[in-house]
Amino acid sequence: MIDHILTLLIFFPALAAMLGFVVTKDSMRAYGIAVAFIEFVLSLWLWYAYDPMISGMQFMESMPLIPAFGINYLLGVDGISLFIIILSTFFTLIGIASLTETRRLKDLIITLLFLEMTMVGVFAALDAIVFYVFWELSLVPMLYIIGAWGGPLRIYASVKFFLYTFTGSLVMLVGMLFMAYFYYQATGQWSFSILEWYRLILPENFQLWLFAAFFLGFAIKVPMFPFHTWLPYAHGQAPTIGSVILAAILLKMGTYAFVRFSLPLFPDASVFFMFPIAIIAIIMIIYTAMVAYAQEDIKQVVAYSSVSHMGVIILGTFALNVEGVSGSVFLMLAHGVVSGALFLLVGVIYDRRHTKLMSEFGGLATVMPRYATIFGIMMMASVGLPLTINFVGEFLCLLGFYKQSHMLTLTAGVAIIVGAIYMLSAYKKMFFGTVTNEANRNLKDINRTEMLGLIPLVIVAIWLGIYPKPVLEPINNSVESVIQLMHDKAQTPEAKARIPDLSGNNGTISLQEAH
Amino acid sequence: MLEPINVSIASLNLATLAPMVIAIVGALTILVIDMIKGGLNKTLYVMISLLFLLLDLGALVDFAGVFLKNGTVLGFFDVMLMDGIAILSQIIIVVGSMLFIPLALTSKRFHEYNYPEYFALFLFMIAGFQFMVATDNLILIFVGLETASLALYTLIALHNRSKSFEAAVKYFTMGALAAGFFAFGAMILYAISGSVEINQIATVLAEDHYRNIGYVLVSMAFMIAAFGFKLSMVPFHTWTPDVYEGSSAALAGYMSIVPKIAAFVVAMRLFEFLVHSGVVWLQVILYIGVVVTMTASNIWALVQSDVKRMLAYSSISHAGFVMAAILIGTTQSNTGLFLYWALFSFTNLGAFTMLWVNRQKDLLPGQSSDHPYEKFSGMVKTMPMGAVMMALFMLSLAGIPPFGLFWGKMYMIGSAVSAGYTVLALIMALNSAIAGYYYLKLIVFMFMKEPMVGYEKLYFMNASLSLKTIIGIAAVGTIFAVFAVNPLLEVITLFVYNSGY
Repeated sequence: MIDHILTLLIFFPALAAMLGFVVTKDSMRAYGIAVAFIEFVLSLWLWYAYDPMISGMQFMESMPLIPAFGINYLLGVDGISLFIIILSTFFTLIGIASLTETRRLKDLIITLLFLEMTMVGVFAALDAIVFYVFWELSLVPMLYIIGAWGGPLRIYASVKFFLYTFTGSLVMLVGMLFMAYFYYQATGQWSFSILEWYRLILPENFQLWLFAAFFLGFAIKVPMFPFHTWLPYAHGQAPTIGSVILAAILLKMGTYAFVRFSLPLFPDASVFFMFPIAIIAIIMIIYTAMVAYAQEDIKQVVAYSSVSHMGVIILGTFALNVEGVSGSVFLMLAHGVVSGALFLLVGVIYDRRHTKLMSEFGGLATVMPRYATIFGIMMMASVGLPLTINFVGEFLCLLGFYKQSHMLTLTAGVAIIVGAIYMLSAYKKMFFGTVTNEANRNLKDINRTEMLGLIPLVIVAIWLGIYPKPVLEPINNSVESVIQLMHDKAQTPEAKARIPDLSGNNGTISLQEAH
Repeated sequence: MLEPINVSIASLNLATLAPMVIAIVGALTILVIDMIKGGLNKTLYVMISLLFLLLDLGALVDFAGVFLKNGTVLGFFDVMLMDGIAILSQIIIVVGSMLFIPLALTSKRFHEYNYPEYFALFLFMIAGFQFMVATDNLILIFVGLETASLALYTLIALHNRSKSFEAAVKYFTMGALAAGFFAFGAMILYAISGSVEINQIATVLAEDHYRNIGYVLVSMAFMIAAFGFKLSMVPFHTWTPDVYEGSSAALAGYMSIVPKIAAFVVAMRLFEFLVHSGVVWLQVILYIGVVVTMTASNIWALVQSDVKRMLAYSSISHAGFVMAAILIGTTQSNTGLFLYWALFSFTNLGAFTMLWVNRQKDLLPGQSSDHPYEKFSGMVKTMPMGAVMMALFMLSLAGIPPFGLFWGKMYMIGSAVSAGYTVLALIMALNSAIAGYYYLKLIVFMFMKEPMVGYEKLYFMNASLSLKTIIGIAAVGTIFAVFAVNPLLEVITLFVYNSGY
């Protein structure tokens, strides 16, 4: 069974969703929680069975799908994808457990389980077409969640979300077909296997074009400035569960794909585009932070802050060294936990007051002390306070990029610190002062169901902030092999110089620096 | 006095006629049955048509075996040409017909199915299409084309609504024009090469190194116009939405698949040798035609308010997409053409059948056409299974993996990439993105809006067990297409490659 655990992880929720059609409405919630829990335990088992000392792919599965065109059902995990898979199953569980939606709950839970299949599938796929299948398929449940359970502008928001990402990924598909064709020219055989593509060294100008094609698909998904305009709509209109999954997992697909595809496939192009992308990332950090400051809706603040932090992830990824890339992978997890938690928290207050305007609140700390505490912890984590999960990731990202450019890193660092203002001011507006609005006077503090969802997130956010080693070490091992591969494949002297050669030392220094 | 001509029967190789003859005999049988005892039920005729089509398919599979062993089979003074693409396209034609003929088994009564002639004409039409693809003789192509088209015009008109008459007359007029163009094109080709057989023409033209290139181009202009009408390429597409709207959804679905594959095969035979011999002008015209057809029809489809008209424009766009295969002209692209069309026929079958099951007799007050988007509004709440099915077909048409058409699209774009048509590949990809919007629009109506009062009874009013079975077959074919792609690819590549395309 352990040999096929990835297939099991992918298709178990889908199968359960299919069977879920039979379950009656009032039992659906328990069914959803049970399925998501089993899935989460399975993913923990995957972690348990995973050997952190091995940097390559584990639990590989292979089955021919369309051998005539080189498409195979290839799965595998390494340290980079392992934890994102666990994050996906974790958030599906938390999302379903803390679900407060009552309209057509059955459809919602079935959709969420299908979504879980596509999420795990994206991160476990090692064949470009299988990856693409899950990547595209993930749009459909999300479209439905936003479009059917969202706010007043839900249809516009969901269609915009779908079409934006769909367009980007079709360009990426053309890029993938080109990759396969180059592989065919080089070896006489069609292949869409990512691991086989890794062995292919392309001339620099081809790399630049292909990098651009893949970049469009990934950048829209992340979303990077200036392709980010769909995200505020999607977040603004989506129901709580939709925002949580979108921010915690779906956006990570883009950043994960950068690490999985763009870096190792096109090392020279990555170096070539390093500074332009870093500048875009810094614009993202500063610009979206400014926009966040101007928002009146707390959910939009969280949404823009989430885009802002995605900028740090991109910056870390394009540091192209072990510290930066490990940091960015770690920050993906941290960002998932923190922004997912913040969206859940916004959902809590929205359920009570049916408004998300900050001006409606004020002095909530006296009425809802527990809520204010958890919100405070998560806000501190989001700002990147030391000893919280975000700090580790952000620090490593900046450290990594510092080795490439001092100036840009300083700018980014200052931007992150200044960016904390909007979170703090939002917190102040909502929680401090006296209760001015009568409607807030008798609000109930968070109940047990909500606690159930939030407490694990708080624990994770602090635990991994203090002791990130169990997660960081496997990530580090796998990232090292990616960086080494990039160094070996790099052709231009600049790329050789920028991407460190790890064959001498094994990069453990970076870990010590993190502490 | 003329010498008596001495031809041995064996040299005629009458077996090459077998598939078409089976269809014709089937049609005659239906007429004879009606003559002996009139007033029989449509179920009888549907089943008889199915049986004869099954026999037809059997004969084709037999030919497929012969082809794989001995190569191309010629017959009837080399007029009949049973090569790989002829066999493949006939299989698609016959299987497509077999899936569409049971759509006559509606639970509501429709005028046209009471006539046994309907089914006889249907089988004649299939024979016509089969003749059209199984030859490279321009005259027989013409005869096959006209037999099939005339039968089809009648089938449309039999639907007995004012819009159907309009559609039939429109189609007839346009078809007559196309026939005229075809005749002119063939005439000029005959004048410069002294032959009506495409491979002979190719040889003659190659031998004198395209000395008469001017005439070749004029004839190609006529031919492009003729096939432009048949394949509904922009700007010869204007009849398509009206004709689709006028005919029954079942027949509209049929028209979007079977006549087009026949026309594609002839276009492949005719244009490909010219594209390969470097007639740049033709390449440019085809390139423009393909891009304009894909893009313009997509944009028109965006603004439609009726689902059937939207599907009509979408099928124009799909035809343009597939026409790219003929422009690219590699074995991979031609394989892609057949793969795409096989997958497309399943998905489109499902989509049009879904429209067919909710066909009303009379429009509700305020309803502008048979299938406005509003009709499907909130369908997921009243008819969840139906909405899921419809959404599935729409997602497949939009090219969302892992559903059927995605694999066709991927392979077609892949063939454009390998043949060096990078810009074309990008245009094809971006067109799929534009198309996403109008397919999505129906999904938005079905899943995200509130139901409209009065429509909920209509969704499955026409459904019978056989129609539901057809929808089921289409759905299975669409969902599990991924497992069919590899065998299909292997077989199609073998056939296409061995036919020299």
